[in-house]
Amino acid sequence: MGKRVVVVGGGVGGTIVANHLARKLGRELELGDLEITMISPDAQHFYQPGLLYVMFDLTRPEELSRSQASLLEPGIRLVQDWADHIDKDKGEVRTRAGQTFPYDFLLLATGSRPSPQLIPGLAEGGHLFYTLDGALKLREALFNFQGGKVVVTVGVPHKCPVAPLEVTFMLDAWFRQRGLRDKVELTYTYPIGRLHALEPVANWAVPQFAARDIHGETFFNLKEVDAKARQLTSIEGTTLPYDLLISVPPHQGAQVIIDSGVGDKGGWVPTGKHTLLMEGTDNVFVVGDTTNLPISKAGSTAHFEADVIADNLASRLQGYPGGRSYDGKVFCFVETGLEQATYVWFNFETPPNPVPPSQAIHWFKLAYNKAYWLTPKGVL
Amino acid sequence: MAEGEAKVIDARGSYCPGPLMELIRAIQTEPVGTVLEVLSSDRASSNDIPEWVKKVGQEYLETVAEDGYWRVRVRRVK
Repeated sequence: MGKRVVVVGGGVGGTIVANHLARKLGRELELGDLEITMISPDAQHFYQPGLLYVMFDLTRPEELSRSQASLLEPGIRLVQDWADHIDKDKGEVRTRAGQTFPYDFLLLATGSRPSPQLIPGLAEGGHLFYTLDGALKLREALFNFQGGKVVVTVGVPHKCPVAPLEVTFMLDAWFRQRGLRDKVELTYTYPIGRLHALEPVANWAVPQFAARDIHGETFFNLKEVDAKARQLTSIEGTTLPYDLLISVPPHQGAQVIIDSGVGDKGGWVPTGKHTLLMEGTDNVFVVGDTTNLPISKAGSTAHFEADVIADNLASRLQGYPGGRSYDGKVFCFVETGLEQATYVWFNFETPPNPVPPSQAIHWFKLAYNKAYWLTPKGVL
Repeated sequence: MAEGEAKVIDARGSYCPGPLMELIRAIQTEPVGTVLEVLSSDRASSNDIPEWVKKVGQEYLETVAEDGYWRVRVRRVK
């Protein structure tokens, strides 16, 4: 029997690894010496960063998804089902439909999910743009909004760490475009003592906020939302009134991680920061948001990790040790309005150093939004 | 609580989300009484972690300088 690789999750990380592996070991796959199975509940692959534009009706949702099967190399078996249980002692994954998939190597690529239910009142009183349903509801609310107090809140942990700042700058620009800015009081809150986790980004944002009349409220961790009174309370004891609440809710890992007991209390899988192997195992790799690593939960993180995992996994399948080490690299574009953007990159050793925003970087980000489909295919 | 019993959060090399955000994440899921120990290679953590811990009424214990990083200890008291 051939070696069996099971990939749980069809997001960007899982898809890149599966495709790289299929190309590196095409002959083994053809001869039946290797089986690659991807278990994913979603028939469609969705480009989540595009949701930032959906809320302003600058992108239509149908532009953001493609069939998962169309992104996979021939020879990869796609099982459209929920992984229900991961049994690392037996070396198998069971699905909701009752199938069992034994593995020699496993990749956990189950990602993260916004969990507004963790904060009392948030689901009822707030909007979110991290899901398609949420972004569509927010689009409707925004286009009907005639003025008042707009508050952006940020839960811990959350994916796409620059999105809260981006959405705030985009809201400012959008309200100006619609001639409503003088009727809008815009407040951005953040969990720690500055405007962003990345210090240079936080420092850069201070004069930008002043110039655009955006109020920054730091050390603000949302404790509860009183939807009736339209009031927010933080665990630090601050209260804020609001008319429109746009929240980035705290995130959790996938339910299957929690139910299978392979994660910590938040559902994140303890992972070696350089090996990307699940702690205590030698054949379970972990990619992207699924890990417990103290780095950004972002598509680019998953992308850079996936390259390392694919190389090491291909080597291991051929009987070699697998020599690549993940250096913590993350790269993020940062929209600074509707027409300008900057970017940052950093790793475990190199601090971030954003370049001055420009229109060219904004165009580059828009171009990447279109070219994204080459990334899960493992081309770009 | 002895050092060996502390919940260690290794946030060395973390620029984003960073050591304080890692502490905020972890402290919410640990029971009252837990000592959390944040390892940070960012000097600023030795200031911003105690500041936040004080604001939310948890207990700041100490910051110990190690070789190239800081060990910030706090206790969840409520």
